[in-house]
Amino acid sequence: MSYTINVNGQSRTVDVEGDTPLLWVLRDELDLKGSKFGCGMGLCGACTVHINGQPIRSCVTPISAVGEQPVTTIEAIGETEIGKKVQEAWLKADVMQCGYCQAGQIMSACALLEKTPQPTDKDIDAAMSGNICRCCTYTRIRAAIKDAAGLPTADTREV
Amino acid sequence: MAPRDLDRAPRSPGKTDGVSRRAFITASAAVGGGLMLDLSLPLYARSSEGALSRTPATLNAYIRIAPDNIVTLIAKNPEIGQGIKTTFPMIIAEELDVDWNNVRAESAPYDPRAYGAQFAGGSLSVPMNFEMLRRAGAAGRQMLITAAARLWNVPASELTTEPGVVVHKARNRKITYGQLAEVAARVPPPDLGKVPLKDEKDFRIIGQFIGGVDSPRIVKGEPIFGIDVSVPGMRYAVFEKCPVYGGKFVSANLDEIRKLPGVRAAFPVKGGDDLAGLLDGVAIVADKWWQANKALEKLQVQWDEGPSASHSTEGFAKAAAELGKQPAGHTIKKEGDVDAALASAAKVVEASYEYPFIAHATLEPMNTTAHYRKDGKVEIWSPTQLPQQAMGLVTKTFGLKESDVTLHMTRVGGGFGRRLSSDFIVEAVAISKEIGEPVKLVWNRRQDLQHDIYRPGGFHFFKAGLDAQGKVVAFRDHFVTFGEDNKAGNSADMGPTEFPATFVPNLDLGLSTISYRIPTGPLRAPQSNALAFAFQSFIDELAYAAGKDPYEFRLELLGEPRPPEVLQTRFGTQVGFDNARMRDVLKAVAERSGWGKTQLPKGVGRGIAFYYSHQGYFAEVVQARVSPVGEVRVDKVWIVGDVGKHIINPAGGINQVEGAAIDGISGALGQKITFTRGRAVQTNFHEYPLLRMSQAPQMDVHFLQTDHPTTGLGEPALPPAVPALTNAIFAATGKRVRRLPIDPAELRSA
Repeated sequence: MSYTINVNGQSRTVDVEGDTPLLWVLRDELDLKGSKFGCGMGLCGACTVHINGQPIRSCVTPISAVGEQPVTTIEAIGETEIGKKVQEAWLKADVMQCGYCQAGQIMSACALLEKTPQPTDKDIDAAMSGNICRCCTYTRIRAAIKDAAGLPTADTREV
Repeated sequence: MAPRDLDRAPRSPGKTDGVSRRAFITASAAVGGGLMLDLSLPLYARSSEGALSRTPATLNAYIRIAPDNIVTLIAKNPEIGQGIKTTFPMIIAEELDVDWNNVRAESAPYDPRAYGAQFAGGSLSVPMNFEMLRRAGAAGRQMLITAAARLWNVPASELTTEPGVVVHKARNRKITYGQLAEVAARVPPPDLGKVPLKDEKDFRIIGQFIGGVDSPRIVKGEPIFGIDVSVPGMRYAVFEKCPVYGGKFVSANLDEIRKLPGVRAAFPVKGGDDLAGLLDGVAIVADKWWQANKALEKLQVQWDEGPSASHSTEGFAKAAAELGKQPAGHTIKKEGDVDAALASAAKVVEASYEYPFIAHATLEPMNTTAHYRKDGKVEIWSPTQLPQQAMGLVTKTFGLKESDVTLHMTRVGGGFGRRLSSDFIVEAVAISKEIGEPVKLVWNRRQDLQHDIYRPGGFHFFKAGLDAQGKVVAFRDHFVTFGEDNKAGNSADMGPTEFPATFVPNLDLGLSTISYRIPTGPLRAPQSNALAFAFQSFIDELAYAAGKDPYEFRLELLGEPRPPEVLQTRFGTQVGFDNARMRDVLKAVAERSGWGKTQLPKGVGRGIAFYYSHQGYFAEVVQARVSPVGEVRVDKVWIVGDVGKHIINPAGGINQVEGAAIDGISGALGQKITFTRGRAVQTNFHEYPLLRMSQAPQMDVHFLQTDHPTTGLGEPALPPAVPALTNAIFAATGKRVRRLPIDPAELRSA
């Protein structure tokens, strides 16, 4: 069946079954491979993209549910002001180890900062806990989010 | 550093010293102008059939200097997130003396004749290559100086370098490397063994915080991982194996599967008996991966499950309990007379410990793209940690010659030891061979967790004796592990140097095995990741039994500094455990964490542990809090490590240490693979939890930079994190965690 979706500001038409997850449409139909497959059950967040600016797990979002809503992926997030800041903060903190989860992490972080420009540690915990980093770069993800928000990056959580 | 310093390097592991004496360098003009420096390693120069080649038929392109001063440096080992694609070029750039901003890092293609050993494992990349890469860079610098000396007709001794330029101070003139490159390409290369190295005090790049060279591409979502590979005409595949390891295919509803949307082919693949090789399975090939994966829901296979269908976690535990009552089947190390010492001890402490099988769960699932061409040539694109092993398995499985196979290494979305195995690679090749087209095989998460090459579980039956002063006078561990006839299986062993071996007067380390047919193999800090929990927890019990502070007790057990043993290992001569270095990191972590000086509220405790692995010395303190319902939260981890003189890149180095420690904690908090009727039970992250942001502790990482050879950082910070956590739980609750993963139900106080 034919579906037309709006991805990164472009209208794209694909011919797939309606239950095909958006992730696989992006990766294998539209050659946008930045969004990653990790679990297929919305458990790890590697596939996170924005629909209407909201972070969603594209591995459990069927194409038939996307409709005309704007989809933004990691490939275009740098075109937004917050996306650019987050990418720069990620590089400055050298967040990455293997890097496989980081597209999803960045998408979740951008959605957080869009809604909450000055996040607390609790805000970060809540917004980022759907994204697994198997390399466990959480210290730097937290610092990079704060840096992108213009906050001090030291981990000041009470222990 | 003068050439004679090479002679001071026998403490380096591996063959770095020997290699650098035999290695030599070749220079040539680069395509498009400039200088190309090739470092040749005759020691590893083998023909495709494995015979040693006497001529350097192929050369290692380590350094390329272009006329525009852009310097391309090659990293030969796979990049799995350990940062080697950044670290190796940093080492060369340091000695070559170039501006890091002008460096472009490239991953080498897989070519062992050119590059020698190419792998990511054992925290060995740095210790095996540090010296060699420095010499390669230094040789390049010297050739550029010689070129300038010829050009200006002055003695080379009057010349020096600044980043990217040769300087003639006497005449106040400079010339860039780019301008010199073509002349330098005609300069005879210096003897690599004699080329002078920089004074380490003058390092400008080594020791700097330098971001990963691929990171700018990763933040933009560029397709650089194995799973992102795309080749023209490629199909997509899934591969379903028998849930009982090594089970054989009998029949399946393949006609029905072939009719499903997008499915191009569905067929059984005949495998062998190597659990880490090609096993029997059913391949489903479709136009798109989602279609192939969806077809799995309809797949019904009859398997001949074989004898290991009787395996169960409960059965293993029962067998272990029985074996634990008996004497060990094999002696690992015996010193003194443990029985006599126990009989006369003032206090005897006995405890048993247990840890489960765990999976690697790399976030990028196993995948490989392969094209088995009709002419018998095979091309493979794979995220592998150990391409040599992959090549060996592919050629053996399909009866090919190495010259028939081209293997492209991609960036790896997490290794942790899983991709030292090549099962997923031969599967892709088998499927492509059958369909005659290129195919990308991607495992789903269920397959990934249920067909891991697991970290084996294990059981330890400890008994120790303390004298009236609380000193350990006897120590026994009967290690019940997995294997056959008292010979441990892959990554299920324990060595004779396990601490406190040689640090107590009477010691008995023995081993018995439970037979099993489940694939096991190395997982980050293999063996150590499990042994550290058991040994450092039991040592904690002894501290409390002796009425001593766990930190003071450990210092006492380590004893006064003494010269380390010299050991022959498969990686060459290595210096064994150096108790002075461990004492120093232990003292430092106590100091940094304020050990014993902090009043903690009820339900909060601190634990301490140390462990030596991969030539790294790590001591760690964990602060954990346990809620009335037994939920554990890790507040903070203090880590002090000693991996020798240099932290080549603190950016990657600290990241590795933090990640390794949290990785250990993540496993301890919830990870286990259990078996029922021979099958792994867990299917996805809801049943196999990985630590998340809200659980991530604060981290305090510090290195003691000592006058010892620089060693690797990928693994050694992991092992002590686990017992530091379980010891903290004891301090918080008075409840000793003797079985992993930590079970909140056992820690409940309300």
